Amino acid sequence: MAVVFQKTKGLTDVPFHYCPGCTHGIVHRLVAEVMEELGVLDKAIGVAPVGCAVFAYEYFNCDMQEAAHGRAPAVATGIKRVHPDRVVFTYQGDGDLAAIGTAETVHAAARGENITVVFINNAIYGMTGGQMAPTSLIGQETLTTPYGRKPGNNGYPVKMCEMLSTLDGASYIERVSVYDVKHVLQAKKAIKNAFTAQINKKGFSMIEVLSSCPTNWGLSPNEALKWIKDKMEPYYPLGVYKNTLEEVKQNG
Amino acid sequence: MDEKIIFAGFGGQGIMSMGLIMSYAGMMDGKNVSWLPSYGPEMRGGTANCHVTISDEPVGSPIINEATIVVAMNRPSLERFEKDLVAGGILLINSSLIDIGPQRSDIEVYRIPANDIANQMGNLKIANSIMVGALMSLKNIVSEDAVVNAFKKVFEGKEKLIPINIQAYNRGKESINSQFAVK
Amino acid sequence: MAKVLMKGNEALAEAAIQAGCRHYFGYPITPQNEVTAYMAKRMPKVGGVFLQAESEVSAINMVYGAGGAGARVLITSSSPGISLMQEGISYIAGAEIPCVIANVMRGGPGLGGIQPSQSDYFQSTKGGGHGDYKLIVLAPSTIQEMADLVQQAFDIADKYRNPVMILGDGMLGQMMEPVDFDNIKKGENHIEEKTWATTGMGTRKKKNIINSLELDPQMLEKHNIELFKKYEKASKEEVRYEMTNCEDAEIILVAYGTIARVAKNVIELAKRENINVGLIRPISLWPFPVEPFEKTVNYVKRYLSIEMSMGQMVEDVKLAVNGRKPVYFYGRAGGMVPEPAAILEEIRKISGGAK
Ligand SMILES: Cc1ncc(C[n+]2csc(CCOP(=O)(O)OP(=O)(O)O)c2C)c(N)n1
Ligand code: SF4
Repeated sequence: MAVVFQKTKGLTDVPFHYCPGCTHGIVHRLVAEVMEELGVLDKAIGVAPVGCAVFAYEYFNCDMQEAAHGRAPAVATGIKRVHPDRVVFTYQGDGDLAAIGTAETVHAAARGENITVVFINNAIYGMTGGQMAPTSLIGQETLTTPYGRKPGNNGYPVKMCEMLSTLDGASYIERVSVYDVKHVLQAKKAIKNAFTAQINKKGFSMIEVLSSCPTNWGLSPNEALKWIKDKMEPYYPLGVYKNTLEEVKQNG
Repeated sequence: MDEKIIFAGFGGQGIMSMGLIMSYAGMMDGKNVSWLPSYGPEMRGGTANCHVTISDEPVGSPIINEATIVVAMNRPSLERFEKDLVAGGILLINSSLIDIGPQRSDIEVYRIPANDIANQMGNLKIANSIMVGALMSLKNIVSEDAVVNAFKKVFEGKEKLIPINIQAYNRGKESINSQFAVK
Repeated sequence: MAKVLMKGNEALAEAAIQAGCRHYFGYPITPQNEVTAYMAKRMPKVGGVFLQAESEVSAINMVYGAGGAGARVLITSSSPGISLMQEGISYIAGAEIPCVIANVMRGGPGLGGIQPSQSDYFQSTKGGGHGDYKLIVLAPSTIQEMADLVQQAFDIADKYRNPVMILGDGMLGQMMEPVDFDNIKKGENHIEEKTWATTGMGTRKKKNIINSLELDPQMLEKHNIELFKKYEKASKEEVRYEMTNCEDAEIILVAYGTIARVAKNVIELAKRENINVGLIRPISLWPFPVEPFEKTVNYVKRYLSIEMSMGQMVEDVKLAVNGRKPVYFYGRAGGMVPEPAAILEEIRKISGGAK
């Protein structure tokens, strides 16, 4: 994959600590570019998760807070209620958002909290060394499912877009991926729509990005991208799950 | 006996296994041993090290501040751990990857081109076993039997890899007396 | 099974299984991830249950349920996760449910770091959750002791119907040492039938309720008094400590867990300088051992509490010494482990004119 990204003002000069071939870096860039293009860097306040993106506060070139594991949507709520005119976003992994922080996520959406959530679904816990995530696929081998994820013991993967789109408070929900150039461009549009929804005060928006974790999947970067396409995408169909907004439609 | 050994290099060089082989061998010889790894995200592409103590006495702190032996598999490791050697301590340098010398002159230094030997033998992954061999030919820290058994233990489940690693271990022992070793 | 080389985290897990624990609930966190990984592999092989919860909040409440249903249950985490569990631990203590909780401590506060620390001493020994309750807290200092104490912890938990905490740290969790499971120091094995557990009434006449609610203040006070009778008994019967080189010591170090190992190096270093240093190593942190202080306070010149924190256990040392001799503190925080030389330097400093 050869996407040449230009340097955006939305990122600092601090070098990423991500593993080679990890797509966290791409998504950081997309979020940063969108904020720059929308001209909101000076009024953006981001919330970093606990997970591999824990140092996101070093990378985004705007005010940032670091939250406890899973609590980013609650922290973002606090920020937004103090500064309703600022652009507030969280950046969270699947363990953070869909396991320990499920309650915070669901209720921020239910309240129609006017924030944007960027959700990195890589089907694993990256930071802690490769345990099962709520989004790990059936049969997936991880440190804590050494014999493969089995529904009988571990239940089924959580589909956050589908779940949250049933809530009236949600305004824009889309699932995207970044395994090739075409999808990277689509992901950027989606993120822009989500931020636009927030700027237009429409309520909760979330973009789920199917991402790779070559390190803990035990795959090469390229194999990992293929794994997203072949294994994850069939279970997690891409597309817009909720769009209550005319003006947002134009961006997409 | 009270050997305090630091193994250091980057992730993927088999640093932890080197330490494990010596620890298992020490345990099998009836010694007191401890093995302490570095851990956490710093390991991701970064440096890895482990501290191994093999002693007649119960082990106090497993952290080694005064090492009797340092095995440096890459340059940052040499730079970081050279200072932790006691005077007269042994420094083993993987000269395939380290082109600088140590700063100190009060230690014994041995240069082993472990990666080159490993490449010759057709498997880069065995550079660590070569270094263990070199170390053992310098100092009989543990018994030969114990080392062989330790290899079996560490490669449990990956038995295929045992012969090549024991071969590498033997090559490492020879290397000290051969042209490669510069004292 | 001869001696095996094991990480502290793995020894903890294996010891629990050997103690009859077949239910483990956990959530990943560094530096205790090896426990979850080990349990994920082993529990299915022994017919047990390993369950990765969606959070520590959930995990500790699974323990409440399973412990209340009569099982031997283990839960492990590290500092931030243990903080999340405090509500559940308070409920478990209130409802008198036996269980073993292990905290493989890392540096705090907040997200802190992942290197070893002892900064959760207050949280563990003084009650991290709400209400008047006590955990029995055991602090291993070797991997063998990790295995021994985990086994004893299950017995103590059953004996008192109380949660028992194993307080370790990242270094003890990550390091390997030989462990002998054949000659493990077990407790007296108090497994009585858990007639109070919610197992389904079956032929039982009276129904069992697991609960910590009591709206009548008189009754709730009575419950508290009953709890404290139990703690009183534990504070007599569960005291554990080790004394090293204390006979003619002029200065006695007080240290537990990881740093007690460092202290043993200090004793050797000090000998070279003809300073006679001893060590009191509390193994039970609650109940805190007062006895070794009574034994030494008359002849020792001073005590030095050394900790991987900004100074927590030192308060209990001061209570035990009760002003009879000076008590000093030396510590490092945030994941730093003090070096023997630095502690020796501190000893020289506080010995000052005396030496
Ligand atoms: C209360 C608490 N529990 C556990 C942890 C340990 N922890 C750190 S990151 C993480 C999960 C990371 O996975 P995910 O959110 O999927 O993000 P990724 O690393 O894959 O990007 C966990 C469990 C913690 N920091 N705090
Ligand atoms: S562990 Fe996985 S998610 Fe984390 S930086 Fe590495 S590749 Fe990315």
